[in-house]
Amino acid sequence: MAFIKRYLIPRLIQYFLVIFLGITAVFIIPRLTPSDPVQRTIAQLRSMGSYLDPASMDDFINDLTELYGLQGSMLQQYGAFWLRLFRGDFGVSFFQFPAPVSKLIGTALPWTAGLLLTTTLLGWTLGNIVGGLAGYFARKRWSRVLDTVAMIIRPLPYYILAFALLLLLAYVVHWFPVAGGIDIGRKVAFNWPFIRDVLRHAFLPALSLTILGGAIWFQTMRLIVQNVNAESFVQYAKLGGVKEGRIVSRYVIRNAMLPQITGLALALGQIFSGALITEIVFSYPGLGMLLYNAIITGDYNLIMGITLLSIVAITTAILIIDLLYPLFDPRVRYM
Amino acid sequence: MRIVRDLFRDHRFTVSFCVLCILLLLAILSLFSPYDPTRWGVVPRDLKPSRTYLLGTNSKGQDIFWQATFAVRNSLIISLIAGLVSRVIAVLVGMVAGYKGKTTDRILMFISDSLLVMPLFLIIVLLAMLVRDRMNLVTLGLLLAFFGWAWDARVIRAQILSLREREFTQTAILSGTGTLGLVLKEYMPFATPLVFSTLINNMSWAIGMEMTLAILGLVNLDIPTLGTTLQWAISYQAMLLGYWWWILTPVVLAVLLFVALYWLSASISEYLDPRTRLQRVGAH
Repeated sequence: MAFIKRYLIPRLIQYFLVIFLGITAVFIIPRLTPSDPVQRTIAQLRSMGSYLDPASMDDFINDLTELYGLQGSMLQQYGAFWLRLFRGDFGVSFFQFPAPVSKLIGTALPWTAGLLLTTTLLGWTLGNIVGGLAGYFARKRWSRVLDTVAMIIRPLPYYILAFALLLLLAYVVHWFPVAGGIDIGRKVAFNWPFIRDVLRHAFLPALSLTILGGAIWFQTMRLIVQNVNAESFVQYAKLGGVKEGRIVSRYVIRNAMLPQITGLALALGQIFSGALITEIVFSYPGLGMLLYNAIITGDYNLIMGITLLSIVAITTAILIIDLLYPLFDPRVRYM
Repeated sequence: MRIVRDLFRDHRFTVSFCVLCILLLLAILSLFSPYDPTRWGVVPRDLKPSRTYLLGTNSKGQDIFWQATFAVRNSLIISLIAGLVSRVIAVLVGMVAGYKGKTTDRILMFISDSLLVMPLFLIIVLLAMLVRDRMNLVTLGLLLAFFGWAWDARVIRAQILSLREREFTQTAILSGTGTLGLVLKEYMPFATPLVFSTLINNMSWAIGMEMTLAILGLVNLDIPTLGTTLQWAISYQAMLLGYWWWILTPVVLAVLLFVALYWLSASISEYLDPRTRLQRVGAH
């Protein structure tokens, strides 16, 4: 009970507050602009060469105002904004009119979710295992070589690493397709050629996300394990003749895991942003690519929809990790 | 002098220091450029690297070497603006939160926590779309500064929290030092190394963010930066056409810059305090 009162409830309050603030920010930001989005859209359409007579122009302006949710006072708009959100209505995409934003996001989401989930878990697990071993055997040569490699990969932004891999493996040696999620014209089906095609296209984006994520977890884990290793309980276990395998898996890694779980929760927002950027590099048909197209065409509703969904998804994922934390840390459980 | 000698004992410091000096030299060279970086067609197009055109020329008819000098300079300017302004915010927030404690602390840390868990990239994109027309080096730097302080404010706050419990704080307060004086005179010296090493990390983040925004076309593409140089090369299909010198120049320069900045901050913070290694790895 004390756990619920002292930990769960404040954490849930924080969760809802963050979502509330994030969504409010997404509501306010577009309204800060001095230029009217309705006029801007009309100007854009005009520059593409379409003509409207004055009467239908008025109708059009009304429709646009409604589409952008710009009717009434700021407060009314804000209320309507929330009402629509609760109905799962993110408005209509303007440049893929009349497709609703929620449908476009729905098509793109599985691609991003699949890529993100796989690479985050893979990078985190691999990075931690290899990092843990490298930290335990910190004086070995291979451990130092890996550390230097991580020191080079670690500072690279997602875009540069992904782009370098694309240059190398798709343009120079042609091992992997340059862009896309499946071959053009291939039908969705649950058979081996389709799955193989998906995997082949996903390989490079997944590789770049796993490498970068893995390098970060590797580095942190290596240092943490080095520190835990120096603690007296490990020394004591060694002197007491506990088997080395048991020391590593039960004493060292288990203690070193905890900050890594917190780290995963904190880094999730960054990883997600990175996945979007990586998708853009590889023209992978997920949220990132959708975002890219929305930016290019100035599709504000779509960008807002993607941002809103991302805020909710990321904060929820972090909440789940935080709530699972007691499972790994007995000290929290018995608090 | 001893500090410098000790620092150079770390090979990472030596390497990154040399690379950064070369990049700085490049940036300074931009002052002597024979060409205006915004003008097109000043040299023959699509030439391979040669003695006249060190890094070749691009499809816009610009000399890539001189273009690169401007790119490095402008990227450094953006990152310095972003880094310095966000340091001011981080120090203020971290110190006030750490020193005041209670409700102030809770509110400020809630804000920085919120910034940490949000997909900031998307929010920066939303904002960048709004100021797209007025985007220049300064606005971009300020935009990035506004979002780059959250983690470092936490680090500084943690430092202040531990300083507050030490005896000299009580001594200073009892001998009549005001809050401002205490923070500036007594705490600042402890926080300065932290501020410096986070500054380098933050600069690196800002350069990366600028490149990403440039690829999305959300910055002023007429101003040469590492990001816009790459964006032009990509949009002219330099890769498919085989103009490797055009596309590789910004990529290689960026990689050098990122690795050098990271190694510099790593070796400096390790020198200042070996125990801070963990904090460094955790940042960004």
